[in-house]
Amino acid sequence: MADALHTLSAAELGRRLAAGSLTSRALCEALIARFDAVNEKVGAFTHLDRADVLAQADASDARRQAGQGRGPLEGIPVAIKDNIAVQGQPLTCSSKMLASLVSPYDSHVADRLRAAGAILYGRLNMDEFAMGSSTENSAVRKTFNPWDLTRIPGGSSGGSAAALAAGLVPLSLGSDTGGSIRQPASHCGVVGLKPTYGLISRFGLVAFASSLDQIGPMARSIEDCELLLAALASADARDMTCFGPDERALTSAGEAKKLRIGIPKGFLGKGVAPEVAAAVEAAIAFYRAQGCTVSEVELPSADLAVPTYYVVATAEASSNLGRYDGVRYGHRSAQAATPVEMMTHSRSEGFGAEVKRRILLGTFVLSAGYADAYYNRALRARAKIRAEYLAALSQVDVLLTPTVPTPAFKVGEKASDPLQLYLEDIFTIPANLAGLPALSVPCGQSGHLPVGFHLVGAPLSEAKLLAAGRLFEAAHGFAHQQAAL
Amino acid sequence: MSSSAEWEVVIGLEVHVQLHTRAKVFASSSWGFGQEPNEQVDPVVLGLPGTLPVVNREAVEKSILFGLVVGAEIPARCAWDRKNYFYPDNPKNYQLTQKDFPVVIGGSVEIELPGPSRNVMGEHKRVRIHHAHLEEDVGKLSHAGSGSLVDYNRAGVPLLEIVTEPDLRSSAEAEAFLRSLVAMLTQAGVADCDMEKGQLRCDCNVSIRHPGAPLGTRTETKNLNSISSVRDTVIYETARQIRELEAGRAITQETRGWNAELGRGYVLRDKEDAHDYRYFPDPDIPTLELSRATVERLAKQVPENLYDRQRRYMDTLGLPFTAASVLVANRELAEWFEAAVAAHPANPQGLANLVANDLLRDLAAASGAPTGFEEAAPAPVSLASCPIKPAQLAGLVKLTDDGVISKQQAKEVFAEMFKSGQDAAAIVDAKGLRQNSDTGELEKIVQEVIADPAVAKSIAEYRAGNEKAINALKGPIMKRTQGKANPGLIDQLLRKALG
Repeated sequence: MADALHTLSAAELGRRLAAGSLTSRALCEALIARFDAVNEKVGAFTHLDRADVLAQADASDARRQAGQGRGPLEGIPVAIKDNIAVQGQPLTCSSKMLASLVSPYDSHVADRLRAAGAILYGRLNMDEFAMGSSTENSAVRKTFNPWDLTRIPGGSSGGSAAALAAGLVPLSLGSDTGGSIRQPASHCGVVGLKPTYGLISRFGLVAFASSLDQIGPMARSIEDCELLLAALASADARDMTCFGPDERALTSAGEAKKLRIGIPKGFLGKGVAPEVAAAVEAAIAFYRAQGCTVSEVELPSADLAVPTYYVVATAEASSNLGRYDGVRYGHRSAQAATPVEMMTHSRSEGFGAEVKRRILLGTFVLSAGYADAYYNRALRARAKIRAEYLAALSQVDVLLTPTVPTPAFKVGEKASDPLQLYLEDIFTIPANLAGLPALSVPCGQSGHLPVGFHLVGAPLSEAKLLAAGRLFEAAHGFAHQQAAL
Repeated sequence: MSSSAEWEVVIGLEVHVQLHTRAKVFASSSWGFGQEPNEQVDPVVLGLPGTLPVVNREAVEKSILFGLVVGAEIPARCAWDRKNYFYPDNPKNYQLTQKDFPVVIGGSVEIELPGPSRNVMGEHKRVRIHHAHLEEDVGKLSHAGSGSLVDYNRAGVPLLEIVTEPDLRSSAEAEAFLRSLVAMLTQAGVADCDMEKGQLRCDCNVSIRHPGAPLGTRTETKNLNSISSVRDTVIYETARQIRELEAGRAITQETRGWNAELGRGYVLRDKEDAHDYRYFPDPDIPTLELSRATVERLAKQVPENLYDRQRRYMDTLGLPFTAASVLVANRELAEWFEAAVAAHPANPQGLANLVANDLLRDLAAASGAPTGFEEAAPAPVSLASCPIKPAQLAGLVKLTDDGVISKQQAKEVFAEMFKSGQDAAAIVDAKGLRQNSDTGELEKIVQEVIADPAVAKSIAEYRAGNEKAINALKGPIMKRTQGKANPGLIDQLLRKALG
């Protein structure tokens, strides 16, 4: 039943491939057929090189035949957000600025996936340069939520989440700067992990805000998410912020039923949709019933997270995006008489409105005379938020909140109100500011729209978060759910 | 009319030095001079999306070594900041530099001013270093026809920016400082400082004041690529500022350029147009710990200070200033000389003369390079291909000191050694140059010569008090011994024989 392959988990596909009852070529052909049937509707992918995919699949099958299979991901397609470099594939960041760019090199995660035998499968749509929470800021195309095609999939890794929910691919990579993996995971009913800052090399991830960005695995089940995480996490001398071999050991998962769960005070209050609050409260009740201790914790500086984030992230972005000037690669304006004019016009033409807004904001907060009031103050607030989170996480194992206050909104609904859109990330931002691992787990629905809860743990506590997620998932059957398309 | 004697010039320098490293400062690309444009680049150097900087350990160690050479403090840690500005030669449109936590803090450089004459040592002075920070160089933009071209080979080359305190008080001091700095950098292997290749560039801050008054408003002349340009800029800028102030105008704090061909400066931009670089800590490079073990290891690589060595040569070895200063200008030459002294400690002066004059001259001629302590400071010769070994030179001087050959013959033997690389003794024997110092044999020849009536007139003149007349007797003696007679011994024997 080739047409059912798109519904299977990566783990199950791996078992079939290992047993010889499935080839990577058959799997990839089935997924390409699914792509042809569904991608136009969902808009998750911006690029798929079918011939390249099939060549990779054949190479994988040949390795397996020769007894040289490379592990549990051998032959399994992984789709990649279009801000992560794969040699020979487009690296557009869904921006007009980089529309013509083909990466001449592999990111560390691409290296790792190749080493694991995975198929590097297509490029996924995103908000331009990962700036946004709806994927509406893509200059390439719109992506729609597979559960309701009139709604946004979340963002910025909207393509990564929608591709999973639409059965286009079993595994995907996203990147998360303020919630860009977890928020679309929540909106699309899939699992998304933002690892501890430094666990996965950023080499080859196009920088938005370097001190916040992390690549992370996305999947339709906790088990699949773990499989992908294991392949990605390794030391890399090309990223000085990536943990070395001696620093990266994960805390052991322990027993999920004995977890101490902290509920940040006030997080389920104002601004959280009643159905979201109800789903999350049900999850809390579940954990309590399993034997977990649940207690309230104070995070008094939590209110500072969103403004702090929009100062730190935009400051770094204003500098990180300086390199797009039309001189070496990317969009070059034809309307220029001098090199400096060319740079100016190329940037004016190549960037979209949200990217320009953040570059301007970031430039302002770093300017002489304002840096102390904004950037330096934000760094102090960030340190305070981190300290409070670490203190709370010395009392409890995980912090549990909704991932997003409300379910996915309609396409265009918040397009004219960036500040309202910024609040989508209110629960997810602190993990980035504090460098902590965080996981979004599907936990029910608001009407027909998925809802997720959010777990944050101490540095390197990924195994605990995943164990907690697995406990919930096993009891609720949200794993592997796909929208009917 | 006021005279400039009432004014004191105050100078501070920012010296950008390309460090001698195999790879670029934040990328694995190699670098060097004379490659085709854009050959020495990689995704990191070009600032391709997704690339990240990784600090080159060698560049940090060379920076620390510089700090140790000038007696600076090496802090426990250093960090990098981003300096944001747009220009096509700047691949990321920010430069990684160290604004708040530089790798080197403080220290000082001893300088030597020109003496009243070439043979007399000038005054020494210390110039304080404020700090030195490690940053990346940018590419080169050139204009061709209607377009512009960028070469990124230089982008990412490690640059150590050495910032002095405003301790310099004349163009001569600025010149002396740069010469001294270049010598120290090259002798420690920190940098090659080849100004022709743009490996050392200077920004020159100049202000004037009446002695004792607070510092005046300064101007900064950027991107000077030779010591003479710095000297000329100081002279020009001092005169200009004096002219301005004496005409009742104020000095504007401005950034200036220098046109070396016309010998004049010009305004680049004034304070209002100053860039806002929006510095902030680079989030890609964590604060770097500078381990004490590394600092201790590097301390062992610090060579003897140029002027400590010069003092030692003059005070302990008894060398004249001229020879000492020529030798110490080139560490390799000095170490070569010291190896020769070790092999023949009795006559450092004799060795120094041969090294500083004959050897240096022949080496320079062999390599086609000019000799001496020129603009580029160290004598640009290499001892690597020197055909003579230090112990061999020591052998030559010992033969002279022992009277086996004359000083005149020593020159001839030296030339042969430089050609063939043979030992002095072997050449002396092969050429039959060994002096005849056999007193008995020579006495016999002396008696024969003075008995010859052909010299009777000379003998009479000598006896009558004409000292020089004795020389006429020496020729025939030399002839009979085929020139091998020890000239001193002949003189002695002749005088004795003639009473």
